[in-house]
Amino acid sequence: MSNENLLLYLILLPFMGSILAALLPANARNAEAWLSAGVAIAAFIIVICLYPWVTDGGVVRYTITWLPELDLNFTLRADGFAWMFSVMITGIGFLVVLYARYYMSPKDPVPRFFSFLLAFMGAMQGMVISGNIILLAIFWELTSIFSFLLIGYWHHNAAARDGARMALIITGIGGLCLLVGLMILGHIVGSYELDDILAAGDTIRQHSLYLPALLLILTGALTKSAQFPFHFWLPNAMSAPTPVSAYLHSATMVKAGVFLLARLWPVLSGTDEWFFIVGLAGMSTLLLGAFFAIFQQDLKGLLAYSTISHLGLITTLLSLGSPLAAVAAIFHMINHATFKASLFMAAGIIDHEAGTRDMRKLSGLFSFLPITATLAMVASAAMAGVPLLNGFLSKEMFFSETLEQHRASLLDGVAPYVATIASAFAVTYSVRFIHTVFFGSKPANLPREPHEPPRWMRVPIEFLVLVCLIVGIIPGLTIGPYLHTAVVSVLGEHTPEYSLAVWHGINTPLIMSFVALASGLVFYWILRGYLAQGADGPPLIRNLKGKRVFEEILVTISWRWARWMESHFGTQRLQPQLRLVIFVALAAGFWPFYAANTDMSLSVFTDIDPVFAIIWVIGIACALGAAYQAKYHRLAALILMSGAGLVTCITFIWFSAPDLALTQLVVEIVTTILILLGLRWLPKRYEKIDNNDALTARIRRYRDFLIAVACGGGMAMMAYIIMTRPLPDTISGYFVEQAYPQGGGTNVVNVILVDFRGFDTFGEITVLGIVALTIFALLRRFRPAPDSIEIPEQQRIQNAYDDANVNREVGETAHEYVKIPSVIMQWMFPFIIVLAAYLFLRGHDLPGGGFAAGVTMATGFLLLYISGGTRWMEDRLHILPMRWIGFGLIIAASTGIGSWLFGFPFLTSHFYYLEVPLIGKVPLASALFFDLGVFALVVGATALILIALAHQSIRSHRTRAAEITKQEENH
Amino acid sequence: MELVLSLGIGVLVGSGVWLLFRPRTYQVIIGLALLSYAVNLFIFSMGRLTVNAPPVVQAGAEIDPAAFADPIPQALVLTAIVIGFATTALFLVVLLASRGLTGTDHVDGKEPER
Repeated sequence: MSNENLLLYLILLPFMGSILAALLPANARNAEAWLSAGVAIAAFIIVICLYPWVTDGGVVRYTITWLPELDLNFTLRADGFAWMFSVMITGIGFLVVLYARYYMSPKDPVPRFFSFLLAFMGAMQGMVISGNIILLAIFWELTSIFSFLLIGYWHHNAAARDGARMALIITGIGGLCLLVGLMILGHIVGSYELDDILAAGDTIRQHSLYLPALLLILTGALTKSAQFPFHFWLPNAMSAPTPVSAYLHSATMVKAGVFLLARLWPVLSGTDEWFFIVGLAGMSTLLLGAFFAIFQQDLKGLLAYSTISHLGLITTLLSLGSPLAAVAAIFHMINHATFKASLFMAAGIIDHEAGTRDMRKLSGLFSFLPITATLAMVASAAMAGVPLLNGFLSKEMFFSETLEQHRASLLDGVAPYVATIASAFAVTYSVRFIHTVFFGSKPANLPREPHEPPRWMRVPIEFLVLVCLIVGIIPGLTIGPYLHTAVVSVLGEHTPEYSLAVWHGINTPLIMSFVALASGLVFYWILRGYLAQGADGPPLIRNLKGKRVFEEILVTISWRWARWMESHFGTQRLQPQLRLVIFVALAAGFWPFYAANTDMSLSVFTDIDPVFAIIWVIGIACALGAAYQAKYHRLAALILMSGAGLVTCITFIWFSAPDLALTQLVVEIVTTILILLGLRWLPKRYEKIDNNDALTARIRRYRDFLIAVACGGGMAMMAYIIMTRPLPDTISGYFVEQAYPQGGGTNVVNVILVDFRGFDTFGEITVLGIVALTIFALLRRFRPAPDSIEIPEQQRIQNAYDDANVNREVGETAHEYVKIPSVIMQWMFPFIIVLAAYLFLRGHDLPGGGFAAGVTMATGFLLLYISGGTRWMEDRLHILPMRWIGFGLIIAASTGIGSWLFGFPFLTSHFYYLEVPLIGKVPLASALFFDLGVFALVVGATALILIALAHQSIRSHRTRAAEITKQEENH
Repeated sequence: MELVLSLGIGVLVGSGVWLLFRPRTYQVIIGLALLSYAVNLFIFSMGRLTVNAPPVVQAGAEIDPAAFADPIPQALVLTAIVIGFATTALFLVVLLASRGLTGTDHVDGKEPER
């Protein structure tokens, strides 16, 4: 197994696991946990195995080319930094699965939970090892979607639904901005490959599109990492199950934003724009997040705001643009993940055991949960930045970086103060968390009697806290080399000298730390009373909630604006709307006539073939006649319309398009039959009765007439101008030349359809199948109106005759009346099948092909229906149109997939000539099978549509028969 | 030839657009059919008009692309014809369902107030 393939398995494993997990029964908690843990641990082992290749700036790459022309490839790329994140994703993922096994109640539908969790793991993993920025954006959006599904896991809970929606909207919009930003970035560099982009830092920073790209990418990163002013979605996402909060909203997903900032740090940072935008966002988040965290009454709310604040810290570090600050940022990403994930899990245990997360109700839990309490204390000490814990180290580095001057500005000047104050706040909320929950008086009125959780539920926390301690005490020996690997892969040759020692002597950062510790404690002492009583949220600005602003904006856009637009531009009536559409199209069509610089004269004159001219005189007369008659004489209009269609068909033949003519002809037949079938359900309309000659109606008609004339005239002019100019070079020449050598067919049009552009055709037949099924579904649900026309007099007489004779059944005479035509039609059936087969087989080399053959075949079935009647037909031959459709799609798709087996891209065709005795050489292209799929689908779709309509007539007979019996009973 | 075809396309478009604006569903379906003829012919004519040179090549022979009609517009139009049939069928069924449901064949599903 080569190391490149390992990358692919790293992504595939979680997604496969996700599918498997979804299929397990609802109560299979243990099986789910075993499966998920197995997937996570396997992924973790893969990540560990990759380590030797990513040290010292090494990179592992895996590429599947998809659209190399557009530089869109499935490229995976793992370096030290991605490796570090992969360890967190898979490692913490494993711990979270273990924790979730005990956290989730037996009543919860766990397959959904573990399935989403694993899918999220795959998406996140894909995001960090994407080597193509478009792929990165796709995985990025996937993480947003799975986060949405996980937050909304308890969807019976309104808060969960709202939180999920908010998170999706904020991070989704951010993701779209990110996509656009990355596309601009790709445009600047000329490549979407991450390697190329990382090598083009100077080009990017000097480009005129740098600022828009930066703004868009930052929008993506800052929304994802819940930075001010987009931070408010994170606290609202706390209605998710706690394992989700621990995994997504502390360790992984919210880190995606800072991951991206660090990933693109070498190419985007170092400019004033970067420094001010990122710095301002980071610092305000750092400060506000920490401040808000103090005043939360919900345990998870406190942790959420603390997460926001810590992400702000990382963002601030990245904004500074100095390599040392970037080292600190990367280091803090790891540290925060460890202590925050463990704290979330501890909060989950408290919630689980005590039945509430409200800090006003919790107190004195130490005696009930001594071990959990101790673990939580160590973790929150790390969060507060107490020495000998990992949080202290990165915070120290942060302090010393804020003291450096990066850009002479106000922001630089205030940085050390902001850092110290925010740090003091961090101490305050950490102390508050511990003191309120675990100390003080015995708890009263708790929903449950708390006790220690199951042994294995605590293991993940124990492990993470152990990491905090070890890293905090002997950083150089433990995290040192791995951190170095990550740092080198981001900074490359700019990697600075740094020291991870715990003791640097008494210096300013150390003093800042102690000032923060002391003032944080004092601050808590002062606020203690207020906090125990206080309402949720910070004082004074309690009412200024991001959530409320967000809801307001949402309602404004999706409701008020939509209503305004609807009342101003929308209309309850179709005709004005169509007029608007046509008018815009008309304006767009005339625009080039003004804008173009080229010669637009109509002076070129071509000769006229009299026969062709006469044909079109008929065609024009038919079109005008159809337009004139469509209201009162539907049958006439239909015949005239078909006349125009026939002229179109002749035009195709005339100008060397036999395939088109053939298809047009057969389609014309079925369209006509279709509309004929529908005519009976349309209401009668008499010219004399509803003739409206009011002035307004006349004006309306004149206006419509003018628009129609303008449209027609414009189209005629445009068509004429284009046709009389020479054809510029197109790709047609390539198709004509390569049709035989590459496609193995001599009919170029067919080769284009089934080979060169086979994928388009595949999409098209899919649409055809969907339309047919839609029609089928519509007709099952809706009934046409009762027949508008009574049974014709002749048929009534015939039926009366049948009725009068004892040995005749009603309808027999009517049926016998068309006996001869129907026998002829039935006898034609085999010939039509042969014709269809003929058209189909010759299609690759001569005019014909799957479309024409399919419609022909369907026409054959149709003739049987017409001649024998629906019941007669279905007693003898049961066509299963939906099977045909499915069969066609499967054949077409499997022909495409078949080329994968031979290592070629989807739908690569292959052909050879088969020597058949007597017949000779027969071309056998794989495209023929594809065409077979097209054929089957077209047969199925056409037959399904027509049969569905035909069945309506039986149905109306039935209802009429039922009505008659009812009336007779009444008499 | 070009002149005749252009005029034909123009009339088909004009008739189609006129019918699109009419109030009865049947008029609209006929209008759409006429419009789709026009659009298909228009797209087809973008490859210019060629007589007696269908894009069917001789196997193995030397090929001069200029000697054949342009196959691309033909391929485009071929699929357009089939899809056009499907949408016409869909529209027909929708109009029948609408007539069954509302009792009128007006495009808005209700008779206009006079």
